[in-house]
Amino acid sequence: MNAFTIAKKELNLYFRSPIAYGIMGFFALVTGFFFYSAVGFFLQRSMQMAQMGQSTPMNVDEWVVRNVLSNISVVGLFLIPMMTMRSFAEEKRTGTIELLITSPLRDSEIIIGKWLGALVMYATLLGLTAVNMVTLYAYGTPDWRPMVVGYLGLLLQGGALLAIGILISSTTRNQIVAGVAGFCVCLLLWVLDWVTAFEASTLNKVIAYISVVSHFESFAKGVVDLKDVVYYITMIVLGLFLTARSMDSMRWRA
Amino acid sequence: MIKVEGLTKRYARHVAVDHISFEVAKGQIVGFLGPNGAGKTTTMRMLTCFMPPTEGTAEVAGYDVIQNPMEVKRRIGYLPETPPLYPDMEVAEYLDFVSRIKNLPSAGRQARINQVMERCAVADVRNKEIGKLSKGYKQRVGLAQAIIHNPDVLILDEPTSGLDPHQIMETRDLIRELAGDHTIILSTHILPEVEQICERVVIIAKGKLVATDTVANLTTNLRGAETIALEVIGGDEASVRERLDRIAGILKVTTVPTDGRVRFTIDADKEKNVRPEIARAIIGSGWELHELHGVSMSLENIFLELTSNKEAA
Repeated sequence: MNAFTIAKKELNLYFRSPIAYGIMGFFALVTGFFFYSAVGFFLQRSMQMAQMGQSTPMNVDEWVVRNVLSNISVVGLFLIPMMTMRSFAEEKRTGTIELLITSPLRDSEIIIGKWLGALVMYATLLGLTAVNMVTLYAYGTPDWRPMVVGYLGLLLQGGALLAIGILISSTTRNQIVAGVAGFCVCLLLWVLDWVTAFEASTLNKVIAYISVVSHFESFAKGVVDLKDVVYYITMIVLGLFLTARSMDSMRWRA
Repeated sequence: MIKVEGLTKRYARHVAVDHISFEVAKGQIVGFLGPNGAGKTTTMRMLTCFMPPTEGTAEVAGYDVIQNPMEVKRRIGYLPETPPLYPDMEVAEYLDFVSRIKNLPSAGRQARINQVMERCAVADVRNKEIGKLSKGYKQRVGLAQAIIHNPDVLILDEPTSGLDPHQIMETRDLIRELAGDHTIILSTHILPEVEQICERVVIIAKGKLVATDTVANLTTNLRGAETIALEVIGGDEASVRERLDRIAGILKVTTVPTDGRVRFTIDADKEKNVRPEIARAIIGSGWELHELHGVSMSLENIFLELTSNKEAA
Protein backbone atom coordinates (compact mmCIF):
# COMPACT_ATOMS: atom_id res chain seq x y z
CA MET A 1 0.00 0.00 0.00
CA ASN A 2 1.65 3.16 -1.17
CA ALA A 3 -0.15 5.40 1.32
CA PHE A 4 2.22 3.98 3.93
CA THR A 5 5.23 4.84 1.75
CA ILE A 6 4.00 8.43 1.58
CA ALA A 7 3.25 8.46 5.33
CA LYS A 8 6.75 7.20 6.06
CA LYS A 9 8.24 9.87 3.84
CA GLU A 10 6.19 12.58 5.56
CA LEU A 11 7.31 11.42 8.99
CA ASN A 12 10.87 11.16 7.79
CA LEU A 13 10.77 14.76 6.54
CA TYR A 14 9.23 16.00 9.80
CA PHE A 15 12.12 14.55 11.76
CA ARG A 16 14.76 15.65 9.25
CA SER A 17 13.80 19.29 9.58
CA PRO A 18 14.05 21.34 12.73
CA ILE A 19 10.26 21.78 12.67
CA ALA A 20 9.50 18.52 14.45
CA TYR A 21 11.96 19.20 17.26
CA GLY A 22 10.77 22.78 17.64
CA ILE A 23 7.15 21.71 17.88
CA MET A 24 8.00 18.84 20.22
CA GLY A 25 9.99 21.11 22.54
CA PHE A 26 7.30 23.76 22.53
CA PHE A 27 4.56 21.21 23.12
CA ALA A 28 6.41 19.48 25.94
CA LEU A 29 7.14 22.80 27.63
CA VAL A 30 3.60 24.16 27.43
CA THR A 31 1.81 20.95 28.39
CA GLY A 32 4.39 20.38 31.12
CA PHE A 33 3.51 23.79 32.54
CA PHE A 34 -0.22 22.99 32.36
CA PHE A 35 0.42 19.75 34.18
CA TYR A 36 2.56 21.44 36.82
CA SER A 37 -0.03 24.11 37.54
CA ALA A 38 -2.91 21.62 37.54
CA VAL A 39 -1.10 19.42 40.04
CA GLY A 40 -0.17 22.45 42.16
CA PHE A 41 -3.75 23.62 42.20
CA PHE A 42 -4.91 20.11 43.05
CA LEU A 43 -2.49 19.85 45.99
CA GLN A 44 -3.55 23.21 47.40
CA ARG A 45 -7.25 22.36 47.12
CA SER A 46 -6.89 18.89 48.62
CA MET A 47 -4.93 20.39 51.51
CA GLN A 48 -7.80 22.83 52.11
CA MET A 49 -10.32 20.00 51.88
CA ALA A 50 -8.40 17.99 54.45
CA GLN A 51 -8.27 20.98 56.82
CA MET A 52 -12.02 21.48 56.45
CA GLY A 53 -12.49 17.85 57.46
CA GLN A 54 -13.62 16.45 54.11
CA SER A 55 -13.41 12.69 54.37
CA THR A 56 -13.45 11.57 50.69
CA PRO A 57 -10.23 12.37 48.83
CA MET A 58 -10.36 14.52 45.68
CA ASN A 59 -10.39 12.70 42.36
CA VAL A 60 -7.14 13.07 40.39
CA ASP A 61 -8.82 12.15 37.14
CA GLU A 62 -11.39 14.89 37.60
CA TRP A 63 -9.08 17.60 38.91
CA VAL A 64 -5.84 17.01 37.03
CA VAL A 65 -6.25 14.73 34.03
CA ARG A 66 -9.42 16.36 32.72
CA ASN A 67 -7.99 19.88 32.91
CA VAL A 68 -4.68 18.94 31.38
CA LEU A 69 -6.32 17.08 28.50
CA SER A 70 -8.62 20.05 27.79
CA ASN A 71 -5.60 22.34 27.74
CA ILE A 72 -3.72 20.02 25.41
CA SER A 73 -6.67 20.02 23.03
CA VAL A 74 -6.46 23.82 22.82
CA VAL A 75 -2.68 23.85 22.35
CA GLY A 76 -3.22 21.36 19.53
CA LEU A 77 -5.30 23.97 17.73
CA PHE A 78 -2.26 26.21 17.58
CA LEU A 79 0.24 23.55 16.64
CA ILE A 80 -1.63 21.68 13.95
CA PRO A 81 -1.52 24.48 11.36
CA MET A 82 2.27 24.50 11.82
CA MET A 83 2.38 20.78 11.13
CA THR A 84 0.23 20.86 8.01
CA MET A 85 1.22 24.14 6.40
CA ARG A 86 4.02 22.50 4.44
CA SER A 87 2.04 19.44 3.42
CA PHE A 88 1.02 20.28 -0.14
CA ALA A 89 2.18 23.90 -0.33
CA GLU A 90 5.85 22.94 -0.14
CA GLU A 91 5.49 20.11 -2.67
CA LYS A 92 3.86 22.55 -5.06
CA ARG A 93 6.49 25.21 -4.52
CA THR A 94 9.48 22.91 -5.01
CA GLY A 95 7.87 20.93 -7.82
CA THR A 96 7.99 17.56 -6.07
CA ILE A 97 4.24 17.41 -6.56
CA GLU A 98 5.06 16.60 -10.20
CA LEU A 99 6.90 13.50 -9.07
CA LEU A 100 3.96 12.36 -6.94
CA ILE A 101 1.31 13.05 -9.57
CA THR A 102 3.24 11.47 -12.45
CA SER A 103 3.99 8.35 -10.39
CA PRO A 104 1.52 5.47 -10.48
CA LEU A 105 -0.17 6.66 -7.29
CA ARG A 106 -3.83 7.33 -6.71
CA ASP A 107 -4.64 10.80 -5.36
CA SER A 108 -6.25 9.09 -2.38
CA GLU A 109 -2.98 7.33 -1.58
CA ILE A 110 -1.09 10.62 -1.59
CA ILE A 111 -3.69 12.39 0.57
CA ILE A 112 -4.23 9.59 3.08
CA GLY A 113 -0.48 9.05 3.29
CA LYS A 114 0.11 12.71 4.11
CA TRP A 115 -2.67 12.69 6.69
CA LEU A 116 -1.45 9.48 8.26
CA GLY A 117 2.11 10.78 8.52
CA ALA A 118 0.89 13.95 10.23
CA LEU A 119 -1.33 11.92 12.54
CA VAL A 120 1.56 9.75 13.68
CA MET A 121 3.59 12.91 14.27
CA TYR A 122 0.73 14.32 16.36
CA ALA A 123 0.44 11.03 18.26
CA THR A 124 4.16 11.35 19.06
CA LEU A 125 3.49 14.78 20.52
CA LEU A 126 0.64 13.39 22.62
CA GLY A 127 2.97 10.61 23.73
CA LEU A 128 5.26 13.29 25.17
CA THR A 129 2.44 14.58 27.35
CA ALA A 130 1.62 11.07 28.50
CA VAL A 131 4.97 11.06 30.32
CA ASN A 132 3.48 13.63 32.71
CA MET A 133 0.48 11.45 33.31
CA VAL A 134 2.64 8.47 34.14
CA THR A 135 4.28 10.39 37.02
CA LEU A 136 0.85 10.55 38.69
CA TYR A 137 1.07 6.81 39.30
CA ALA A 138 4.14 7.33 41.47
CA TYR A 139 2.00 9.15 44.04
CA GLY A 140 -1.50 7.75 43.58
CA THR A 141 -3.72 5.43 41.65
CA PRO A 142 -5.66 7.42 39.09
CA ASP A 143 -8.08 5.49 36.91
CA TRP A 144 -6.38 4.81 33.54
CA ARG A 145 -9.61 4.44 31.56
CA PRO A 146 -10.62 8.13 31.38
CA MET A 147 -7.04 8.90 30.30
CA VAL A 148 -7.19 6.46 27.42
CA VAL A 149 -10.56 7.87 26.35
CA GLY A 150 -9.17 11.39 26.65
CA TYR A 151 -6.20 10.58 24.44
CA LEU A 152 -8.50 8.87 21.94
CA GLY A 153 -10.49 12.10 21.83
CA LEU A 154 -7.32 14.16 21.33
CA LEU A 155 -6.29 11.90 18.49
CA LEU A 156 -9.69 12.19 16.83
CA GLN A 157 -9.72 15.95 17.23
CA GLY A 158 -6.18 16.11 15.91
CA GLY A 159 -7.14 13.94 12.94
CA ALA A 160 -10.00 16.29 12.08
CA LEU A 161 -7.87 19.43 12.33
CA LEU A 162 -5.01 17.82 10.38
CA ALA A 163 -7.43 16.97 7.57
CA ILE A 164 -8.58 20.60 7.50
CA GLY A 165 -4.98 21.84 7.61
CA ILE A 166 -4.00 19.58 4.72
CA LEU A 167 -7.00 20.80 2.73
CA ILE A 168 -5.90 24.41 3.25
CA SER A 169 -2.31 23.56 2.33
CA SER A 170 -3.51 22.02 -0.94
CA THR A 171 -5.03 25.31 -2.06
CA THR A 172 -1.81 27.33 -2.07
CA ARG A 173 1.86 27.05 -2.89
CA ASN A 174 2.86 29.41 -0.08
CA GLN A 175 3.30 27.63 3.23
CA ILE A 176 3.02 30.85 5.24
CA VAL A 177 -0.39 31.52 3.71
CA ALA A 178 -1.36 27.91 4.47
CA GLY A 179 -0.16 28.28 8.05
CA VAL A 180 -1.96 31.56 8.73
CA ALA A 181 -5.19 30.44 7.06
CA GLY A 182 -5.05 27.12 8.92
CA PHE A 183 -4.53 28.97 12.18
CA CYS A 184 -7.54 31.24 11.53
CA VAL A 185 -9.78 28.28 10.71
CA CYS A 186 -8.65 26.34 13.79
CA LEU A 187 -9.24 29.39 15.96
CA LEU A 188 -12.73 29.86 14.52
CA LEU A 189 -13.57 26.19 15.02
CA TRP A 190 -12.54 26.60 18.63
CA VAL A 191 -14.67 29.64 19.45
CA LEU A 192 -17.72 28.85 17.33
CA ASP A 193 -19.59 27.40 20.29
CA TRP A 194 -19.56 30.80 21.98
CA VAL A 195 -22.56 31.77 19.86
CA THR A 196 -24.87 29.77 22.13
CA ALA A 197 -23.70 31.81 25.11
CA PHE A 198 -25.95 34.73 24.25
CA GLU A 199 -28.72 33.18 22.18
CA ALA A 200 -29.60 29.51 21.91
CA SER A 201 -31.48 29.68 18.59
CA THR A 202 -31.48 26.69 16.26
CA LEU A 203 -29.01 28.36 13.90
CA ASN A 204 -26.63 29.11 16.73
CA LYS A 205 -26.90 25.53 17.94
CA VAL A 206 -25.96 24.31 14.49
CA ILE A 207 -23.00 26.71 14.40
CA ALA A 208 -21.94 25.58 17.86
CA TYR A 209 -22.13 21.98 16.74
CA ILE A 210 -19.40 22.66 14.18
CA SER A 211 -17.04 23.79 16.95
CA VAL A 212 -14.24 21.29 17.39
CA VAL A 213 -13.63 21.83 21.07
CA SER A 214 -17.18 21.30 22.36
CA HIS A 215 -17.03 17.75 21.02
CA PHE A 216 -13.97 17.08 23.08
CA GLU A 217 -15.63 17.83 26.42
CA SER A 218 -17.17 14.41 26.82
CA PHE A 219 -13.87 12.69 25.94
CA ALA A 220 -12.10 14.78 28.60
CA LYS A 221 -14.58 13.45 31.13
CA GLY A 222 -13.77 9.91 30.05
CA VAL A 223 -16.99 9.40 28.12
CA VAL A 224 -17.05 8.09 24.55
CA ASP A 225 -20.12 9.71 23.04
CA LEU A 226 -21.02 8.27 19.66
CA LYS A 227 -22.20 11.63 18.32
CA ASP A 228 -18.81 13.15 19.01
CA VAL A 229 -16.99 10.24 17.38
CA VAL A 230 -19.26 10.63 14.35
CA TYR A 231 -18.54 14.36 14.29
CA TYR A 232 -14.77 13.90 14.23
CA ILE A 233 -14.84 11.12 11.66
CA THR A 234 -17.13 13.22 9.47
CA MET A 235 -14.68 16.11 9.68
CA ILE A 236 -11.78 13.82 8.75
CA VAL A 237 -13.57 12.30 5.77
CA LEU A 238 -14.88 15.66 4.60
CA GLY A 239 -11.48 17.32 4.91
CA LEU A 240 -9.69 14.58 2.99
CA PHE A 241 -12.44 14.35 0.38
CA LEU A 242 -12.27 18.11 -0.26
CA THR A 243 -8.47 17.82 -0.52
CA ALA A 244 -8.99 15.29 -3.31
CA ARG A 245 -11.31 17.74 -5.08
CA SER A 246 -8.74 20.48 -4.60
CA MET A 247 -6.02 18.29 -6.14
CA ASP A 248 -8.29 17.60 -9.06
CA SER A 249 -8.98 21.27 -9.65
CA MET A 250 -5.27 22.04 -9.40
CA ARG A 251 -4.70 19.51 -12.17
CA TRP A 252 -7.20 21.19 -14.47
CA ARG A 253 -5.94 24.68 -13.81
CA ALA A 254 -2.24 23.92 -13.46
CA MET B 1 5.69 4.47 -28.90
CA ILE B 2 4.19 7.92 -28.54
CA LYS B 3 1.30 9.08 -30.63
CA VAL B 4 -0.10 12.57 -30.23
CA GLU B 5 -3.12 13.74 -32.17
CA GLY B 6 -4.66 17.18 -32.08
CA LEU B 7 -3.42 17.73 -28.55
CA THR B 8 -4.72 21.03 -27.19
CA LYS B 9 -4.51 22.78 -23.85
CA ARG B 10 -6.73 25.79 -23.44
CA TYR B 11 -6.70 28.08 -20.45
CA ALA B 12 -9.25 30.71 -19.56
CA ARG B 13 -7.43 33.42 -21.47
CA HIS B 14 -5.07 31.75 -23.88
CA VAL B 15 -4.28 28.58 -25.76
CA ALA B 16 -1.02 27.07 -24.53
CA VAL B 17 -0.91 24.15 -26.94
CA ASP B 18 -2.87 24.26 -30.15
CA HIS B 19 -3.67 21.04 -32.01
CA ILE B 20 -0.25 19.43 -31.97
CA SER B 21 0.20 16.05 -33.66
CA PHE B 22 3.35 13.97 -33.94
CA GLU B 23 4.60 10.44 -33.49
CA VAL B 24 7.72 9.01 -31.94
CA ALA B 25 8.99 5.54 -32.81
CA LYS B 26 10.45 3.17 -30.28
CA GLY B 27 14.05 3.89 -29.29
CA GLN B 28 14.22 7.33 -30.89
CA ILE B 29 15.52 10.50 -29.27
CA VAL B 30 13.30 13.40 -30.15
CA GLY B 31 14.14 17.01 -29.46
CA PHE B 32 11.31 19.26 -28.52
CA LEU B 33 12.37 22.65 -29.70
CA GLY B 34 10.82 26.03 -29.19
CA PRO B 35 11.33 29.42 -27.62
CA ASN B 36 10.43 29.88 -23.96
CA GLY B 37 6.68 29.84 -23.51
CA ALA B 38 6.07 27.90 -26.71
CA GLY B 39 4.14 25.16 -24.92
CA LYS B 40 6.87 22.56 -24.51
CA THR B 41 6.36 22.02 -20.80
CA THR B 42 2.58 21.97 -21.15
CA THR B 43 2.79 19.29 -23.85
CA MET B 44 5.11 17.22 -21.69
CA ARG B 45 2.85 17.60 -18.69
CA MET B 46 -0.04 16.27 -20.73
CA LEU B 47 2.03 13.30 -21.90
CA THR B 48 3.01 12.47 -18.32
CA CYS B 49 -0.62 12.69 -17.11
CA PHE B 50 0.23 15.64 -14.88
CA MET B 51 -2.63 17.53 -16.46
CA PRO B 52 -5.35 16.40 -18.84
CA PRO B 53 -5.57 17.83 -22.36
CA THR B 54 -8.54 20.04 -23.22
CA GLU B 55 -8.83 18.36 -26.59
CA GLY B 56 -7.15 15.67 -28.62
CA THR B 57 -5.53 12.42 -27.61
CA ALA B 58 -2.11 11.23 -26.63
CA GLU B 59 -1.02 7.63 -26.46
CA VAL B 60 2.07 6.38 -24.68
CA ALA B 61 3.14 2.77 -25.21
CA GLY B 62 -0.34 2.01 -26.51
CA TYR B 63 -2.20 3.49 -23.53
CA ASP B 64 -4.32 6.60 -23.67
CA VAL B 65 -3.39 9.32 -21.16
CA ILE B 66 -7.03 9.91 -20.25
CA GLN B 67 -8.40 6.36 -20.33
CA ASN B 68 -5.45 4.61 -18.72
CA PRO B 69 -3.34 7.14 -16.82
CA MET B 70 -2.03 4.52 -14.37
CA GLU B 71 -0.62 2.35 -17.16
CA VAL B 72 0.95 5.41 -18.80
CA LYS B 73 2.51 6.57 -15.53
CA ARG B 74 4.00 3.12 -14.99
CA ARG B 75 5.80 3.36 -18.33
CA ILE B 76 7.03 6.94 -18.15
CA GLY B 77 10.03 8.46 -16.44
CA TYR B 78 9.75 12.21 -16.11
CA LEU B 79 12.31 14.83 -15.22
CA PRO B 80 10.58 18.20 -14.87
CA GLU B 81 12.48 21.43 -15.46
CA THR B 82 13.34 21.70 -11.77
CA PRO B 83 14.24 18.19 -10.58
CA PRO B 84 11.58 17.05 -8.09
CA LEU B 85 13.91 16.51 -5.14
CA TYR B 86 13.42 16.59 -1.39
CA PRO B 87 16.40 18.62 -0.15
CA ASP B 88 16.26 17.09 3.34
CA MET B 89 16.61 13.50 2.07
CA GLU B 90 19.80 11.66 1.31
CA VAL B 91 20.36 10.52 -2.26
CA ALA B 92 19.99 6.76 -1.68
CA GLU B 93 17.04 7.32 0.60
CA TYR B 94 15.31 9.50 -1.98
CA LEU B 95 15.82 6.92 -4.73
CA ASP B 96 14.44 4.25 -2.40
CA PHE B 97 11.33 6.36 -1.86
CA VAL B 98 10.90 6.92 -5.60
CA SER B 99 11.40 3.22 -6.36
CA ARG B 100 8.61 2.42 -3.90
CA ILE B 101 6.08 4.86 -5.32
CA LYS B 102 6.97 3.62 -8.81
CA ASN B 103 5.97 0.14 -7.62
CA LEU B 104 9.36 -1.49 -8.03
CA PRO B 105 9.14 -4.97 -6.47
CA SER B 106 11.12 -5.26 -3.23
CA ALA B 107 13.19 -8.12 -4.62
CA GLY B 108 16.12 -6.56 -6.41
CA ARG B 109 15.16 -3.01 -5.45
CA GLN B 110 18.43 -2.27 -3.69
CA ALA B 111 20.43 -3.70 -6.57
CA ARG B 112 18.52 -1.54 -9.02
CA ILE B 113 19.07 1.58 -6.89
CA ASN B 114 22.82 0.87 -6.80
CA GLN B 115 22.88 0.24 -10.52
CA VAL B 116 21.08 3.49 -11.31
CA MET B 117 23.34 5.45 -8.97
CA GLU B 118 26.38 4.06 -10.78
CA ARG B 119 24.89 4.84 -14.15
CA CYS B 120 24.07 8.43 -13.26
CA ALA B 121 27.39 8.89 -11.42
CA VAL B 122 25.85 9.80 -8.10
CA ALA B 123 27.02 6.74 -6.15
CA ASP B 124 29.79 8.75 -4.47
CA VAL B 125 27.24 11.07 -2.82
CA ARG B 126 24.72 8.37 -1.89
CA ASN B 127 24.69 9.36 1.79
CA LYS B 128 24.70 13.10 1.25
CA GLU B 129 21.73 15.36 1.73
CA ILE B 130 20.34 16.35 -1.65
CA GLY B 131 20.01 20.00 -0.61
CA LYS B 132 23.78 20.19 -0.18
CA LEU B 133 24.64 18.84 -3.64
CA SER B 134 25.81 20.94 -6.58
CA LYS B 135 23.41 21.66 -9.38
CA GLY B 136 24.98 19.08 -11.69
CA TYR B 137 24.62 16.36 -9.07
CA LYS B 138 21.03 17.38 -8.41
CA GLN B 139 20.27 17.11 -12.11
CA ARG B 140 21.78 13.62 -12.23
CA VAL B 141 19.83 12.54 -9.17
CA GLY B 142 16.78 13.84 -11.05
CA LEU B 143 17.73 11.67 -14.02
CA ALA B 144 18.29 8.66 -11.75
CA GLN B 145 14.80 9.22 -10.37
CA ALA B 146 13.37 9.22 -13.90
CA ILE B 147 14.99 5.94 -14.99
CA ILE B 148 14.78 3.96 -11.75
CA HIS B 149 11.77 1.89 -12.83
CA ASN B 150 13.29 1.30 -16.26
CA PRO B 151 10.47 3.08 -18.12
CA ASP B 152 9.82 2.64 -21.83
CA VAL B 153 9.59 6.37 -22.31
CA LEU B 154 11.74 9.11 -20.81
CA ILE B 155 10.49 12.67 -20.82
CA LEU B 156 13.09 15.27 -19.93
CA ASP B 157 12.17 18.93 -19.63
CA GLU B 158 15.21 21.12 -20.31
CA PRO B 159 17.63 18.60 -18.83
CA THR B 160 20.67 20.87 -19.25
CA SER B 161 19.28 24.24 -18.24
CA GLY B 162 21.23 26.04 -15.55
CA LEU B 163 24.25 23.75 -15.69
CA ASP B 164 27.83 24.80 -16.38
CA PRO B 165 29.42 23.70 -19.68
CA HIS B 166 31.16 20.72 -18.13
CA GLN B 167 27.97 19.49 -16.47
CA ILE B 168 26.07 20.06 -19.72
CA MET B 169 28.48 17.73 -21.53
CA GLU B 170 28.16 15.09 -18.85
CA THR B 171 24.39 15.25 -18.92
CA ARG B 172 24.31 15.02 -22.72
CA ASP B 173 26.59 12.00 -22.66
CA LEU B 174 24.38 10.34 -20.13
CA ILE B 175 21.25 11.00 -22.18
CA ARG B 176 22.94 9.61 -25.27
CA GLU B 177 23.86 6.47 -23.33
CA LEU B 178 20.30 6.04 -22.14
CA ALA B 179 18.95 6.25 -25.66
CA GLY B 180 19.47 2.59 -26.40
CA ASP B 181 17.02 1.39 -23.78
CA HIS B 182 14.43 4.13 -23.76
CA THR B 183 12.43 6.26 -26.12
CA ILE B 184 13.36 9.81 -25.16
CA ILE B 185 11.67 13.15 -25.61
CA LEU B 186 13.69 16.08 -24.41
CA SER B 187 12.79 19.72 -24.60
CA THR B 188 15.24 22.50 -25.01
CA HIS B 189 15.67 25.96 -26.42
CA ILE B 190 19.36 25.33 -26.97
CA LEU B 191 19.74 24.39 -30.62
CA PRO B 192 23.18 22.77 -30.76
CA GLU B 193 21.92 20.37 -28.14
CA VAL B 194 19.34 19.03 -30.54
CA GLU B 195 21.91 18.74 -33.30
CA GLN B 196 24.17 16.81 -30.98
CA ILE B 197 21.79 14.39 -29.32
CA CYS B 198 18.56 14.07 -31.23
CA GLU B 199 17.56 12.11 -34.30
CA ARG B 200 14.33 13.93 -34.85
CA VAL B 201 13.10 17.40 -34.05
CA VAL B 202 9.64 18.65 -33.24
CA ILE B 203 9.62 22.42 -33.45
CA ILE B 204 6.82 24.34 -31.82
CA ALA B 205 6.22 28.04 -31.44
CA LYS B 206 3.33 29.77 -29.76
CA GLY B 207 1.66 26.46 -29.05
CA LYS B 208 1.59 25.40 -32.70
CA LEU B 209 3.57 22.73 -34.47
CA VAL B 210 5.99 24.36 -36.91
CA ALA B 211 7.95 21.41 -38.24
CA THR B 212 8.75 17.84 -37.47
CA ASP B 213 11.52 16.04 -39.30
CA THR B 214 14.91 14.43 -38.87
CA VAL B 215 17.73 16.79 -37.99
CA ALA B 216 19.57 15.93 -41.22
CA ASN B 217 16.58 16.63 -43.43
CA LEU B 218 15.87 19.91 -41.78
CA THR B 219 19.40 21.18 -42.24
CA THR B 220 19.71 20.20 -45.90
CA ASN B 221 16.30 20.64 -47.43
CA LEU B 222 14.99 23.75 -45.94
CA ARG B 223 16.60 26.34 -48.07
CA GLY B 224 17.80 26.35 -51.67
CA ALA B 225 20.60 28.74 -50.74
CA GLU B 226 24.04 28.17 -49.28
CA THR B 227 25.94 30.63 -47.17
CA ILE B 228 29.58 31.50 -47.82
CA ALA B 229 31.99 33.47 -45.68
CA LEU B 230 34.62 35.55 -47.49
CA GLU B 231 37.54 37.66 -46.32
CA VAL B 232 39.58 39.81 -48.64
CA ILE B 233 42.75 41.82 -48.03
CA GLY B 234 43.88 44.62 -50.26
CA GLY B 235 40.60 45.82 -51.69
CA ASP B 236 38.16 48.36 -50.37
CA GLU B 237 34.68 47.26 -49.56
CA ALA B 238 32.82 49.03 -52.36
CA SER B 239 34.98 47.71 -55.19
CA VAL B 240 34.95 44.13 -53.90
CA ARG B 241 31.21 44.34 -53.57
CA GLU B 242 30.90 45.72 -57.06
CA ARG B 243 33.05 42.85 -58.43
CA LEU B 244 31.04 40.20 -56.54
CA ASP B 245 27.77 41.54 -57.87
CA ARG B 246 28.85 40.61 -61.37
CA ILE B 247 29.07 36.88 -60.52
CA ALA B 248 26.01 34.92 -61.55
CA GLY B 249 24.32 32.94 -58.80
CA ILE B 250 25.09 35.30 -55.95
CA LEU B 251 21.85 36.34 -54.32
CA LYS B 252 22.88 38.63 -51.54
CA VAL B 253 26.10 40.08 -50.18
CA THR B 254 26.28 41.38 -46.64
CA THR B 255 29.27 43.13 -45.13
CA VAL B 256 30.45 41.83 -41.80
CA PRO B 257 31.88 44.74 -39.85
CA THR B 258 35.51 44.06 -38.84
CA ASP B 259 38.26 46.58 -38.28
CA GLY B 260 40.85 46.79 -41.02
CA ARG B 261 39.65 43.79 -43.03
CA VAL B 262 36.90 43.30 -45.50
CA ARG B 263 34.57 40.45 -44.68
CA PHE B 264 31.37 39.39 -46.32
CA THR B 265 28.66 36.85 -45.88
CA ILE B 266 27.30 35.73 -49.21
CA ASP B 267 24.05 33.97 -49.90
CA ALA B 268 24.35 32.05 -53.13
CA ASP B 269 22.30 29.67 -55.24
CA LYS B 270 23.07 26.15 -54.16
CA GLU B 271 22.75 24.73 -57.67
CA LYS B 272 25.53 26.88 -59.11
CA ASN B 273 28.87 26.21 -57.49
CA VAL B 274 29.99 29.81 -57.09
CA ARG B 275 33.01 29.36 -54.86
CA PRO B 276 35.66 28.80 -57.58
CA GLU B 277 34.19 31.73 -59.45
CA ILE B 278 34.53 34.00 -56.42
CA ALA B 279 38.13 32.85 -55.88
CA ARG B 280 39.05 33.61 -59.49
CA ALA B 281 37.41 37.02 -59.35
CA ILE B 282 39.25 38.08 -56.20
CA ILE B 283 42.66 36.88 -57.34
CA GLY B 284 42.09 38.28 -60.83
CA SER B 285 41.45 41.73 -59.39
CA GLY B 286 44.83 41.64 -57.64
CA TRP B 287 43.47 41.32 -54.12
CA GLU B 288 44.44 38.67 -51.62
CA LEU B 289 41.97 35.96 -50.83
CA HIS B 290 42.28 35.43 -47.12
CA GLU B 291 39.36 33.20 -46.35
CA LEU B 292 36.63 31.47 -48.31
CA HIS B 293 34.46 28.75 -46.89
CA GLY B 294 30.93 27.50 -46.78
CA VAL B 295 28.91 28.12 -43.67
CA SER B 296 26.64 25.18 -43.04
CA MET B 297 23.11 26.19 -42.38
CA SER B 298 22.76 25.75 -38.65
CA LEU B 299 19.65 24.57 -36.98
CA GLU B 300 19.63 27.95 -35.34
CA ASN B 301 19.00 29.70 -38.63
CA ILE B 302 16.39 27.18 -39.62
CA PHE B 303 14.72 27.61 -36.33
CA LEU B 304 14.68 31.37 -36.54
CA GLU B 305 13.42 31.20 -40.08
CA LEU B 306 10.66 28.73 -39.29
CA THR B 307 9.44 30.47 -36.18
CA SER B 308 9.55 33.95 -37.70
CA ASN B 309 7.87 32.75 -40.91
CA LYS B 310 5.10 31.37 -38.81
CA GLU B 311 4.73 34.71 -37.16
CA ALA B 312 4.50 36.50 -40.48
CA ALA B 313 1.89 34.07 -41.74
